[in-house]
Amino acid sequence: MTTGVLLQITQTGLALLLAPLLMGWVNICRAWLQGRSAPPLLQPYYTLQKLFHKDAVLAHDATRLFRFAPYLIFACMVLAAGIVPTLANDLPFSPAADVIALVGLFALARVFQALAAMDIGTAFGSLGARREMLVSFLAEPALLMVFFTASFISQSTELPHIVDRLAHQEFALYPSLAFAAVAFWMVSTAENARIPVDNPSTHLELTMIHEAMILEYSARHLALIEWAVALKLFTYSALGIALFLPWGIAAAGDLNALPLALLALVLKLALGGAALALLETINAKMRLFRAPEFLGTAFLLAVLGMLVHFLLEV
Amino acid sequence: MTLLDWAWAVVLYWLALAAAGLLMPSSGGLARRIVFPLGAAGALAMAVVGVVALFNPPMQFILPFGLPDLPFHLRLDALSGFFLILLGGAAFGVTLYAVGYFRHMPAGQLALLSTWYHLFLAGMAMVLLADDAYAFMVAWEVMALASYFLVTTDHKIPEIRRAGFLYLLIAHVGAVALLLAFGVLHGGEAGRMGAYTFDAMRQTEHTPFWASIAFLLALFGFGAKAGLVPLHVWLPEAHPAAPSPVSALMSGVMLKTAIYGLLRATFDLLGVQLAWWGSLALALGLVTALYGVIFAAVQSDMKRLLAWSSIENIGFILAGFGLTLIFHTDGKDALAALTLTALLYHALNHAFFKGLLFVGTGSVLHATGERRMGRLGGLMRFMPWTGWLMLLGALAIAGLPPLNGFVSEWLLLQAFLLTPGLTQPYLNMVIPVAAAVVVMAAALAAYVMVKFYGVIFLGRPRDPELKHAHEAGWPERLGMLWLAAGCVFLGLIPSQMIDWISPVVVLLIDATLPNDGNWVMVAPLSAARASYAPLVFLAVITVITLLVYFGVKRVYHGRVRRADPWDCGYPEQDARMQDSAEGFGQPIRLIFSAFMRVERLTPDPFDRQPEYRGDSRDKVWLFIYQPIAQFAARLSALAGRLQHGRIQWYLIYSFATLIFLLVFVTR
Repeated sequence: MTTGVLLQITQTGLALLLAPLLMGWVNICRAWLQGRSAPPLLQPYYTLQKLFHKDAVLAHDATRLFRFAPYLIFACMVLAAGIVPTLANDLPFSPAADVIALVGLFALARVFQALAAMDIGTAFGSLGARREMLVSFLAEPALLMVFFTASFISQSTELPHIVDRLAHQEFALYPSLAFAAVAFWMVSTAENARIPVDNPSTHLELTMIHEAMILEYSARHLALIEWAVALKLFTYSALGIALFLPWGIAAAGDLNALPLALLALVLKLALGGAALALLETINAKMRLFRAPEFLGTAFLLAVLGMLVHFLLEV
Repeated sequence: MTLLDWAWAVVLYWLALAAAGLLMPSSGGLARRIVFPLGAAGALAMAVVGVVALFNPPMQFILPFGLPDLPFHLRLDALSGFFLILLGGAAFGVTLYAVGYFRHMPAGQLALLSTWYHLFLAGMAMVLLADDAYAFMVAWEVMALASYFLVTTDHKIPEIRRAGFLYLLIAHVGAVALLLAFGVLHGGEAGRMGAYTFDAMRQTEHTPFWASIAFLLALFGFGAKAGLVPLHVWLPEAHPAAPSPVSALMSGVMLKTAIYGLLRATFDLLGVQLAWWGSLALALGLVTALYGVIFAAVQSDMKRLLAWSSIENIGFILAGFGLTLIFHTDGKDALAALTLTALLYHALNHAFFKGLLFVGTGSVLHATGERRMGRLGGLMRFMPWTGWLMLLGALAIAGLPPLNGFVSEWLLLQAFLLTPGLTQPYLNMVIPVAAAVVVMAAALAAYVMVKFYGVIFLGRPRDPELKHAHEAGWPERLGMLWLAAGCVFLGLIPSQMIDWISPVVVLLIDATLPNDGNWVMVAPLSAARASYAPLVFLAVITVITLLVYFGVKRVYHGRVRRADPWDCGYPEQDARMQDSAEGFGQPIRLIFSAFMRVERLTPDPFDRQPEYRGDSRDKVWLFIYQPIAQFAARLSALAGRLQHGRIQWYLIYSFATLIFLLVFVTR
């Protein structure tokens, strides 16, 4: 039990520390691909440090909800990062939530973000909130179908069991997971406000989604939200790894495998971050009302994956 | 006294309170300050009776009045007990709220309202207790009529009268279907009144054909009350028309009596169930859920939005009912128990959060006199109690952990996930896709609630007058507090709730849901499959939030500066530029434009007093109800030709009828 708790704390702490690093890595790769000179790898940490030192500026009309939301969003993301197995498989938190509850946790953070955006009462805040909720209701069914495919294979919605089944039992290739992986990629770009659904580096009011919601935040509140965004990207990457590339995650009780698991995780994240940067470079952000088609395609792919599972793998 | 005596005593007590309203029509203050709190106490007692009834064997009781050959039979079993908890629990909070809410109502009107209100409560309780078709129909009609008079409280407004008539019409079309259903179900020798007791029906074997007819009639009759698409059209009209506590009761409790009836008829009265009933109910439930939530997203009247959202929730419950039928007929007992638990749980949850939201709109209505969301905004600052309590309700109905709406949706989704293994392969493939519809409706519900809460309570007031909005009084706050506490409490203890629901499940389908978890964690079927621990959720989130809050303050600082919001280089921004309710629903209107007919009035650019109006009309109304109404009007116009108002013609009619009858008699 104590090793479990220690492992849990280590893993959550690692997620907290690595998340901004992943952001920095993606930014570097993108700068390289776009022929710009890259910011330092640790730039996200410097930004967080700077933001935490600043005085918070609040709009006159801001209520307590607005000030409370960043803390809650951050807490949600920390909990989410604690649930997804990144290094080891036996975490005390894991039974607290399966993948469906994980989706609920992300939804809780998202709803608070949207409500906080509407709290100030500027046109952009509510615009962003509306668009964010639009994208999410299209993305969630597709995300769930991806999870369904994985859990039909492993007969469980618990992430440790899915990982255990896919990584630690006899090796098998599941064609259904290939469809699901593509669908998952599409959905996670939407959920993490990345290109082609949203552009994280835009400040053009008419096109932004996530940035429009956090326009009014500053200083420590903004720092917490930025950190939460990084954590979300990290958690989604960890989810993708757990579902589609679980090899390397240490089995339950196998402490000797941890160094290797750490190495595997860093490698996978570095490759995934580079791939994300590449896809963001060769794509452009699409119009908002193209998003239903994009996410509809993701949904269809996920359903296809599930049907493939029923037809070929049962 | 037995438990059933207590239940019956509470019904009598409510009837006495109803009569008290009539006896003292001029003392409105008295009715409000004494009769309503007494009614609330009765509701609490009813909930306690329900809790005890869950763990007691069924008991029966025959009242000494009724028809000569058919006295009223009453019965209290776990199913009735569960719905009595729902009725009592929600009605306690709503009635407490009503004590404060009706303080500005004129005395005579209030006395009458109190009469109908308590009659309504008594009628709903009797529906749950009735054990023969006659008593059931009488109680059903008392409930329908009392609620009709409650809906038309403001009967001087033509739209409200119209909404009331529509409600009455559909309620009675449904009641006729129920009457026919009971006729099909009757047992024993034909022609004997005793054949209409539920006991006689239970003992009768029905052929699959007649059982199906009875099921379809019951689905139609109860569906008309529950708001099943396409019988839902009365709901968005009648619920907004009623005073808010009444809307809360109708939406939170009365719709559930229809669910009760459907469960009673299908699993208790009918001895056999067929698999295709389940597929039908599942399909109808999914259509209802999606249709309801899409229309909720485009509403601009806050009570109408909530009414559409009730349709959505009834859709969830019906989908769960359909799945239960599918699993039950397929012999998957544990899965059927899971879905039945989920649907009962959701019914209870919906009573609490929808009750809370409806009474909350009542406070907003009192404080501002406005129902259109586009004229509200920023009310959180002026009504913090209502604002924060409504936030809980909105989060619960949006299906967010760790509140109660999430638990029942989670259980339902688990059931969808476990379908593989059904004997019909096509169901194996279709049902997981149906789960996607459920998820989409649930995610859209979050959209709707962000719109509902954000437009009304957040942002800046769209009208300067709103600054004078006053907070709700103490009785209202207590009522809302009770309902909100229910939303939190029901969300945190899923394991105990599943244990409490299990007697109902055993009674209906004779199966239990294995729970592999413990008191903090719910794990239906097996812990290796799925588990969820809301208390851990809440504890971890709270601890991290506090740690971060105090940590950041300690390591850095907690300094705050106030400033104007960023104006984007355009200093003339005002509160009217925030998203209106119509604006917030615009993407949904665009994406789902096939479902609705949008009628828009866009002003001329040079108009000095521009008026913009956008209305999304229900296509079901346009394509099903309007043709029927036109046909009826044409038919009555034809019949009207017979009536000239001239006495000669009427004499000829009577003479012809007489001749006609004579020919018959003499032959």
